[in-house]
Amino acid sequence: MKFDTPATTNPIDQLKVIGKPLDRIDGPLKTTGRAPYAYERHDAIPDIAYGYVVGAAIAKGRITSMDLSRAKAAPGVLAIVTAAEAGKLAKGDFNTAMLLGGPEIQHYHQAVAIVVAETFEQARAAAGLVKVDYERAKGTFDLASAKDGATKPKDGGPDSAVGDFEAAFAAAPVKLDETYTTPDQGHAMMEPHASIAAWKGDKLSLWTSNQMIAWGAGDVAKTLGVPRENVRLMSPFIGGGFGGKLFVRADAILAALGAKAAGRPVKVALTRPFMFNNTTHRPATIQRIRIGTDRAGKITAIGHESWSGDLPGGGPETAVQQTRLLYAGENRMTKTRLAVLDLPEGNAMRAPGEAPGLMALEVAVDELAEKLGIDPVEFRVLNDTQVDPEKPSRPFSQRRLNECLRTGADKFGWSRRAKPGQVRDGRWLVGMGVAAAFRNNLVMKSAARVRLETSGVVTVETDMTDIGTGSYTIIAQTAAEMMGVPLTRVNVRLGDSSFPVSAGSGGQWGANSSTAGVYAACVKLREAVAGKLGLDAAQAQFADGRVKVGNQSLPLEQAAASGPVTAEDFMEYGDLTKTHQQSTFGAHFVEVGVDADTAEIRIRRMLAVCAAGRILNPKSARSQVIGAMVMGAGAALMEELVVDKRIGFFVNHDLAGYEVPVHADIPHQEVIFLDETDPMSSPMKAKGVGELGICGVGAAVANAIYNATGVRVREYPVTLDKLLEKMPVLA
Amino acid sequence: MAILEDLQLSRREVMATGAAVGVAAAPGAAGAAPVEPGPSLMKVSFTVNGQRQTLELDTRTTLLDALREHLKLTGSKKGCDHGQCGACTVIVDGRRINSCLSLAVMHEGDEVTTIEGLGSPEKLHPLQAAFVRHDGYQCGYCTPGQICSAKAVLDEIKAGVPSHVTADLNAKVQFSEDELRERMSGNICRCGAYSNIVAAVAEVAGGPILGKGA
Amino acid sequence: MRAFTYERAKSPREAAAAVAADPTARFIAGGTNLLDLMKLEIETPARLVDVNDLKLDEITPTKDGGLRIGALVRNTDLAADKRVRKDYGVLSRALLAGASGQLRNKATTAGNLLQRTRCPYFYDTNMPCNKRTPGAGCAAIGGFTRSLAVLGASEACIATHPSDMAVALRVLDAAVETVTPDGTERSIPIAEFHRLPGQTPHVETALARGELITAVTLPKPIGGVHAYRKVRDRASYAFALVSVASVIHKDGGGRIALGGVAHKPWRVEAAESSLPRGAKAVSEGLLAGARTTTQNAFKLTLAERAIGAAVTEARG
Repeated sequence: MKFDTPATTNPIDQLKVIGKPLDRIDGPLKTTGRAPYAYERHDAIPDIAYGYVVGAAIAKGRITSMDLSRAKAAPGVLAIVTAAEAGKLAKGDFNTAMLLGGPEIQHYHQAVAIVVAETFEQARAAAGLVKVDYERAKGTFDLASAKDGATKPKDGGPDSAVGDFEAAFAAAPVKLDETYTTPDQGHAMMEPHASIAAWKGDKLSLWTSNQMIAWGAGDVAKTLGVPRENVRLMSPFIGGGFGGKLFVRADAILAALGAKAAGRPVKVALTRPFMFNNTTHRPATIQRIRIGTDRAGKITAIGHESWSGDLPGGGPETAVQQTRLLYAGENRMTKTRLAVLDLPEGNAMRAPGEAPGLMALEVAVDELAEKLGIDPVEFRVLNDTQVDPEKPSRPFSQRRLNECLRTGADKFGWSRRAKPGQVRDGRWLVGMGVAAAFRNNLVMKSAARVRLETSGVVTVETDMTDIGTGSYTIIAQTAAEMMGVPLTRVNVRLGDSSFPVSAGSGGQWGANSSTAGVYAACVKLREAVAGKLGLDAAQAQFADGRVKVGNQSLPLEQAAASGPVTAEDFMEYGDLTKTHQQSTFGAHFVEVGVDADTAEIRIRRMLAVCAAGRILNPKSARSQVIGAMVMGAGAALMEELVVDKRIGFFVNHDLAGYEVPVHADIPHQEVIFLDETDPMSSPMKAKGVGELGICGVGAAVANAIYNATGVRVREYPVTLDKLLEKMPVLA
Repeated sequence: MAILEDLQLSRREVMATGAAVGVAAAPGAAGAAPVEPGPSLMKVSFTVNGQRQTLELDTRTTLLDALREHLKLTGSKKGCDHGQCGACTVIVDGRRINSCLSLAVMHEGDEVTTIEGLGSPEKLHPLQAAFVRHDGYQCGYCTPGQICSAKAVLDEIKAGVPSHVTADLNAKVQFSEDELRERMSGNICRCGAYSNIVAAVAEVAGGPILGKGA
Repeated sequence: MRAFTYERAKSPREAAAAVAADPTARFIAGGTNLLDLMKLEIETPARLVDVNDLKLDEITPTKDGGLRIGALVRNTDLAADKRVRKDYGVLSRALLAGASGQLRNKATTAGNLLQRTRCPYFYDTNMPCNKRTPGAGCAAIGGFTRSLAVLGASEACIATHPSDMAVALRVLDAAVETVTPDGTERSIPIAEFHRLPGQTPHVETALARGELITAVTLPKPIGGVHAYRKVRDRASYAFALVSVASVIHKDGGGRIALGGVAHKPWRVEAAESSLPRGAKAVSEGLLAGARTTTQNAFKLTLAERAIGAAVTEARG
């Protein structure tokens, strides 16, 4: 099915199941520990040996020699695979560095060997006996000093320009020119990357933890040099991804190599201290923002430049993206530059681009509003645009940013916000901050297979993944709505490369795109069912487990009396994304307390107001938003992969060193969804929401800290040491 | 006050770094005995979810790996294996611990309760049901640890064990959401379901909810 | 983790003898730090002597009106003990500010004292560390030092001691009781228990090989307002950037010890006479001789301000 004209009324609009805050259907499995994750598939395959990965001890250079003799002789060892043993391996389409390094080493903790043994304890001990000698090469590890040598990336429209930014900025009576930095950040999902690999002849089964099944199967095949059809990926439960599991990582490839070498199924989990340097991360940015306004506060010039680094062949953090669309202004420019760094591979993390981009832009806006003496909510409202500011003929499909801001201001008590450093509650200096949330709505082709079983149960199969996003539940809701059955009569099967190829989980496109694919398949199934029942499909109503046309009403399962009825289809997209800009919007409001003595920062209240199309399940969607707000709070207050610029690695590479928020950091959170449908997005009229919640929240925290203390910090994370010297002097 | 400079690694130090790297991927190996001892096996018996279990284990096996890899009770999760996340939380003799930082052979005669022992999909424990109702999880990986921890937290408050946020050490410990947040802080949820988890646990705890925010 | 044999000791003396006789042997009690380090092969014992059966898990009054805390008393139980809460509040507070509920349920009094540093370079075996391999060099110096020592550090090591409990014990003038393989018992004042790194940062305490901690004793209560102020980025489950253990008396006098700043709990008794004159005055003596990096210089300001907060709070 192709979606190329705006949606009209369709069965989803009945909203009998869709749009309801239903409990997740996978909840009972997850809360009782019965949901099996990748490393736990004892049920799927017996006799599994254990693999343990050895990582490079240098950031850049070569392996000069490896001595495996002691490791090979260690008790229980079945096989050791290094690049020398592995034969020719290709680099996956989605990888920047090789997943098995050697002799060339591209980054710290790049995998250099897998040791397979009978038990985990034996594999781990033997891995410690692998002796590797290296020759270090000089590497580049410091973005700030590599910045001037950064170049224009090949892809992705690195530069944009409308009007004459330089002249307009120079002429602007009020202007801001500031530079902000965001650090490298880790996904730190709770389930480490893990895989079980089993070969049957030349066919590979891989139980793994991966957000994008089809990409994954393709890259496993490419890396190992086996036909794509010989690889089966299964990933029904994923313990968090946030972009860190978009791509195949070392666990999958090394499990496959280890299993081949050992002649046994092999399981591999990356250890936590290994993950931060071995896998991907969100790259650090340096961002310069220049905004000029007239005296009334109307933006006349807006410019955003961003620098980030990556390994050779890698890509930039596209932190300027939102600045092309978020505010009006006739003269505009953005620029993205990429430096070569020999740090671990940078790549997507929740809301790549916008998350760090808005951390800078929305502080700049706060600073400028203050210069103008305009309330930051009003300043944003004043500079709203209902059209793509680079191409005014192209309207937004929906844009209710102002309503998000105003609703939030009202609910949050924004009018009580005082001047910086004026509000005291006991030992706390209290402040409020606001920021706009913005994230584009992407649509991706997505397929599904639906089957009416003889029992009357509707089975949905798609390689879509549920990484905690609620895919199981909203897909079940979609099928239930379309087929007129209760949720309990829908069986959803996900994350298997033998199922039709879905949108997968990334870029907050999953919910709308994957359910639209299920919608398409259900439209076909409705036709097939009506046909079997001898009813006119165009007239048929599917409700209460029955199919009705006029006075005729037949039980749904009657269509499957002689066997299951199956339909498969996909949703693909036409030009609506070109004629209309599809984005999601929100407003974050945050109140912080800053300890007057120690400058410790604690969040007291958080509110997000979101406008993101139809909300398919307000319960799970709200969770997506609050969760993203937590991650944004972490980015604002504590998260930083610290680069040792001499040695070239992330120093704080475990969960004690890389702090992410804990319970005590997060107060009760409020989320308001504006009632909205977007007929330009898909028949679901939904848009993504999983990343919107992280967009802007960090800036709202930083702005609240400024409001509390009068101290502006432009280097994230905003930690107490950056405030301390400038804090009000104590009596 | 003298300032110790932020030195660049001197040439000598760079070489020292290189040399340490040179000896091994596991520098601890330097000077160790050349022959690797075989695993030391030991028998251990303990009760898991009411069932007596006897295992012969490599002494290195953690309680977590004994549960997951030997008893196939995979509800307890390995998130970090270093006591930094809480996903492995189980209840031993009535107390919550990180099962990743405990050797299985040290649990002779102990009573272990895991998430599987609290309830099943067909018969949820009240906390499990509350987590479902309040959407107190997303990816689900930290969830068993959160729930085991929550159960023990409620018992700890009842038993009068104070916490970092208890205002008066000499008064009876009062239940509050801030108490929950502090006590649950050893269980990291990267999906960020904290607000919902606290709501779920508070609902099961019943009683007055005191204290909000920082 | 290397293979090891495991045995359960029956008496303190037997345990001490076992470990003294075997250079590859280590005691294990709670295991929350040792196993962590063994997984990374920072610790590589070939023999573990489990001391959990030694019945050292009671808190009893001493003759001179203090408390004797068994070495195996768990952090949770010590913090929750009614007598400790009433008379040694700083100790309860310090314990409750540390780690997590799960870890406190396992971690023991002796084990807490023997925790090893959280310096990230100590934790990465690819990095040179004089603590792990004497003479290897220190990767932390000139590297990421934000959390590292500003007082008492040496050219060989700038690690800090991570314990909160030990900082409270230092302010309370506790003593560490031990037994040696020949049955000799001794009491080590807490001030002498932890060492500064000097040129031998791998030697962290005053304990001899095989010497087993049996108890920690607290002198009789000293009154005053007890507080433990732990400053950290994250609100819980994090090590201190700086912590302040304080006991402040009505006359403004009292005791102060700092955590997170040195290789041992940091207390300068001579400086405490300045306490009635305020945080600035006492900090001058307490922080004298500090050597900082650009990353950790903030700890001095932070310590002074945190002391100021403690003093103000104690005055009510």
